[in-house]
Amino acid sequence: MTDETNDTKDVILHDHHHDGVDRRGFLKCMAWAGAGALYVMQGGVLKSYAMGGSPRSSSGIAAGELSFVQISDSHMGFNKAANGDVVGTLKTAVERINALSIAPEFILHTGDISHLSKPEEFDTVDQILKGAIAKDVFYVPGEHDVLNDDGKQYLERYGKAANGSGWYSFDKKGVHFIGLVNVMNLKPGGLGSLGHDQLEWLEHDVKHRKASTPIVVFAHMPLWSVYPEWGWGTEDSAQALSYLKKFGSVTVLNGHIHQLMQKVEGNVTFHTAASTAFPQPQPGKAESPGPMVVPAGELRGLLGITDVNFVQGRHALAIVDSSLK
Amino acid sequence: MREGIQKAGRIAAIALASTLVIGGSANLLAQAEAAQPPTAEVKIDNFSFGPVLLTVAPGTKVTWTNRDDIPHTVVADDKTFKSRPLDTDEAFSYTFDKAGTYPYFCSIHPHMTGKVVVK
Repeated sequence: MTDETNDTKDVILHDHHHDGVDRRGFLKCMAWAGAGALYVMQGGVLKSYAMGGSPRSSSGIAAGELSFVQISDSHMGFNKAANGDVVGTLKTAVERINALSIAPEFILHTGDISHLSKPEEFDTVDQILKGAIAKDVFYVPGEHDVLNDDGKQYLERYGKAANGSGWYSFDKKGVHFIGLVNVMNLKPGGLGSLGHDQLEWLEHDVKHRKASTPIVVFAHMPLWSVYPEWGWGTEDSAQALSYLKKFGSVTVLNGHIHQLMQKVEGNVTFHTAASTAFPQPQPGKAESPGPMVVPAGELRGLLGITDVNFVQGRHALAIVDSSLK
Repeated sequence: MREGIQKAGRIAAIALASTLVIGGSANLLAQAEAAQPPTAEVKIDNFSFGPVLLTVAPGTKVTWTNRDDIPHTVVADDKTFKSRPLDTDEAFSYTFDKAGTYPYFCSIHPHMTGKVVVK
């Protein structure tokens, strides 16, 4: 690591576990959460750069052959103190997407599209996202999207071509994307769950792919143990990840916890996106994970979009978080 | 057959009540009050059920009220009862007729668990 040349002061100084991040670096990433941060993965090494509030400042660094955006937790229909205008903040998210210096090819929505699974809530989100420069949106459900009918309505709207309760995969410019569902059939006292059928499908889906294929996995609940006390994890995620061990570059994108968080473990980069609706407290920093009420001027700084760039051949994947401020 | 006996019993009770009306309305009132099923409350606050363990007599009607800004559900582990999603200040009731232990959870946030003991 020491021979890495990097003209920013945020280089990784001590990479004891050879996972591309040191403790100080990780804490820095955490500290940037509100302002936006840029992560560039090159040859399995994560480099971190601070960036300003404007997504345009990422141009040049993050340019690649495939660019897409992740949004999450739009919770359409939510109208409590933490944000009385989730329509407005989702519209701002779309404006941010449209202002990115590299036009994204598509959008990933990592669930909790709606707050109460009401048809009009889904309709409103669909309508707002039609204003985005990227026309294709790939969804996975959050628990709020499958409240009344075991996900039937969700599947009719978004998952007609999907397997089981809505999982699927697709390829874009050499990158293999896998959308997983971990919000169905949750057990008392348990965490998010993928279940046997989906795990079997995943094993089969990746079995014959080359180890050099970059993999992007997206699901609503974190596929790593963020804070089990609040249910922030997925009980059988370790098994899912075991099928991805052979791949040199795996990026896991989640939502659900309404805050930015990143962890690197070997070949896997885990990243959770901000919500477009309301923030939630840091793990254990409040009595419950309920919506966090912040002073009006601070709300949009805690909401955001996530822009991801893949540079073919360079084995690079860059994740840029931008707030809605 | 059993239903017939119950019907006969009910007719007898009505006859008795009629007699009591003649005898004095205060007695009837007392009997009507005694017929009200016992009730108990569980509040949902900060992603937890309170009290987390509730002990009631058979026949008790338990009402759960969600006081969080996020919807929750009340679902028996064995699915014997299941609420629809309860938004803020919405409630769900279930009457426990039989003695037993009834563990339940929120199917949206499964780390939220509670238990009703009926004895």
